[in-house]
Amino acid sequence: MSANDAVVSIRRLSKAFGGGRVTALQDISLEVARGEFVSLIGPSGCGKSTLLRIVGDIIEPTSGEVTVNGKTARRARLDRDYGIVFQSPVLYDWRTVAKNISLPLEMLGWDRARRTARIKEMVELVELESFEGHHPWQLSGGMQQRVSIARALSFEPALLLMDEPFGALDEMTRERLNLELLRIWSETGSTVVFVTHSISEAVFLSTRVVVLSARPGRIAGIVPVDLAQPRTAATREDPRFFELVTDVRERLHAGGADEVLEEATLE
Amino acid sequence: MSVMAQPIPQGTIVSRVGRRAQDWIPAVVVFGLGIAAWQWLIPDVFHVQRFLLPRFSAVMSTFWHERGTLWSAGWFTFKEAVAGFALGCSVALAIAVVLSRWKRVGGAFMPYAIAANAIPIIAFAPITNAWFGLLSPWSKIVIAAVLCFFPVLVNALRGLTSVDPESLELMRSYAASERAVYRRVRIPTSLPFVFTALKVASVLAMIGAVVGDYFGGSTRSLGVQVQSSVSLSQFETAWAAILVASILGIAFYTAIAVVERFALAWHPSTRGASE
Amino acid sequence: MSAIAVERPREPRAERVRAALGRGAVFVLVAALLWGAWEGYRWLWMHEHWTKPFLVDDISMPHLHLIARQLFEPARVNGPLLITILWHSALFTAKEAAVGFAIGASVGFVLGVVLAHFRILQRGLLPYIVASQTIPIIAIAPMVVVGLGNYNIAAWLRVAVIAAYLTFFPVTVNTLRGLQSAEPRALELMHSYAASRWAILWKLRVPSSLPYLFSAFKVSATASVVGAIIGEAPSSIPNGLGGAIINFNQYYALEPKNLWATNLVAAALGIFFFVAVVVVEKLVVRRAPEHVA
Repeated sequence: MSANDAVVSIRRLSKAFGGGRVTALQDISLEVARGEFVSLIGPSGCGKSTLLRIVGDIIEPTSGEVTVNGKTARRARLDRDYGIVFQSPVLYDWRTVAKNISLPLEMLGWDRARRTARIKEMVELVELESFEGHHPWQLSGGMQQRVSIARALSFEPALLLMDEPFGALDEMTRERLNLELLRIWSETGSTVVFVTHSISEAVFLSTRVVVLSARPGRIAGIVPVDLAQPRTAATREDPRFFELVTDVRERLHAGGADEVLEEATLE
Repeated sequence: MSVMAQPIPQGTIVSRVGRRAQDWIPAVVVFGLGIAAWQWLIPDVFHVQRFLLPRFSAVMSTFWHERGTLWSAGWFTFKEAVAGFALGCSVALAIAVVLSRWKRVGGAFMPYAIAANAIPIIAFAPITNAWFGLLSPWSKIVIAAVLCFFPVLVNALRGLTSVDPESLELMRSYAASERAVYRRVRIPTSLPFVFTALKVASVLAMIGAVVGDYFGGSTRSLGVQVQSSVSLSQFETAWAAILVASILGIAFYTAIAVVERFALAWHPSTRGASE
Repeated sequence: MSAIAVERPREPRAERVRAALGRGAVFVLVAALLWGAWEGYRWLWMHEHWTKPFLVDDISMPHLHLIARQLFEPARVNGPLLITILWHSALFTAKEAAVGFAIGASVGFVLGVVLAHFRILQRGLLPYIVASQTIPIIAIAPMVVVGLGNYNIAAWLRVAVIAAYLTFFPVTVNTLRGLQSAEPRALELMHSYAASRWAILWKLRVPSSLPYLFSAFKVSATASVVGAIIGEAPSSIPNGLGGAIINFNQYYALEPKNLWATNLVAAALGIFFFVAVVVVEKLVVRRAPEHVA
């Protein structure tokens, strides 16, 4: 993977909180190539969300280097090279769905016509066509997250950062949204860094799964996922899928995860 | 929140009015009972003397006959209240925005603003009279303004700083300027808090203006009207004037509530959720 | 390998001392700022001979330290010290306010409980309860004082009733909200125990409503002091702070510092009541106040 292809390049990154008392991440090095879908998985407290936020320049690292799109993370943030989706939709109740999606566009100074056109595209992308005029509280949790994704992609960033976006949803909705997300990913051709605590979700979605160890978070292993694209519901029943899930699970164990995260017991 | 998207239920006109009637009929009934009690129960059964509470019909007829003086006195005092309200609330909102910007400072001052809210401001009425002169409306306006200032400051500050951290992270991901964060997130989030405080302040402003009169004021004001009527044993007039003060206070409050309904159409408390 | 980094907790005592010193420093800073603002404003306005918004001289804005010193002067020739008079007035008003608070809070609470349980009463009465607060209590105070006088009730108790009038409303409104704020899951649990309405009230709703109640008590604490002062004023009751204000107001031009000192004492009384509620809240509720809308 040449440096030119790497959308995100992390070199020897460490992060400590509280004046050095708590080391969240230790010596992380990772490259994410254009068009990849990389999941970060690890036990609670392993720093995966912290890592995501460092890539997004929401938190600063203690040491090490992060480049996004060939620039510093800070420059990438100021140039709005990425979109971010959190576990909670973070939608604004006082804005309709359409206006929530157009929030970053307004801040970028797009004119009304351009915004309206883009909103229409995004709403079609996430399949919420008849809900543009609704308010967030009129939608289900899954629908709200779709709006959140539409908003993150509205300005066509090269990179999409996602922090356990489906964690608060039920299993059925989550599986459906996984398929949606993959469709969107292939349609937009963006690069995705996806944090999750679900092994099956990580394997299902990704081209590579990065396993982090328990605190202090180090890379315990990287599992390339060679399942066929495009992934479908049938992929979950592929024997190779189970092998990969087991592989990831074993690396989590080895990385010091005290509790192996069973799919069935996810909250 | 996993409410499936549904159209807001409409129903027929009749059923809508019927549902609404359930809401206001009890209040109307109580109103009727109250008037009846005032007219008959209190004077005839409890033998309450005229100088404590005259009969309803007597007060009403005086209300009608003296309506000119009463309403002009009411308007005079109402203007003082509104001016004080505008002054106090705008200064409070401005300071709240400034304090929310520098969180450390705001956090340090909050307990003092809250404690200052506990000072009986009304006790300063004689002093504002000394400053601005008994007859000047400014002495009452300042009292009303100070009464409004602290509740609005405390609540606005609370609202401006109650933004959820992920929302701020989102704004950071947009490389948003502080101004943009205020305009798009903090201020809308603070509106419910601000309106609650404005409603409280509206009543306080009116009361403050009237009470201020008791420490000395212009004969054109409502509070002085009540006092002079009492001293002349014109108790019906006194009560009619009290009624005017109350009506104006309610009107002021309702005006703010109506504005709130429009400004906060999106908020849970005004979403018309049947409770 | 479960190398979970364990943070060694800081010495609690050291942290607490630092925090307390910090708060003390802020207090001193605020006091200094207020004092500086007062004296600064005074100096500037007098120096520049500005007359807007009001004329500044020794009568309208006495020096703060002189006001403090005035406390230790006799209020009248050969009379007791000002501080003695104000102390007794404050106690008198405090008694009215405390009793008024107790009455108002109890009535407010009961009313809130009743309204929460009977929706029709809520719809019927709540608008008038709200409207009642728009009636300027100072106008009604003389009638209340005289009217209750017919029943041989002590003067201070009559003023306590007036204080109660200002106190009950926030308590009613917040009791209502608090009782209705019980978590639906918790209610379902209660129903699964076939708990009676009464049991649900005392075991679930009332404890859930404590934060709201204390929020109301903080407002009511101030309101009871205000009510007591306002109640005394038009009723010509001389013993309390309201009476002292009226009295010293008459002689303001001769000796303004007396009225200022009285105001400072009234402010202190209001703050004292407020802080008392905050302290009780810290003991009863066991979490930070100010977290309820």
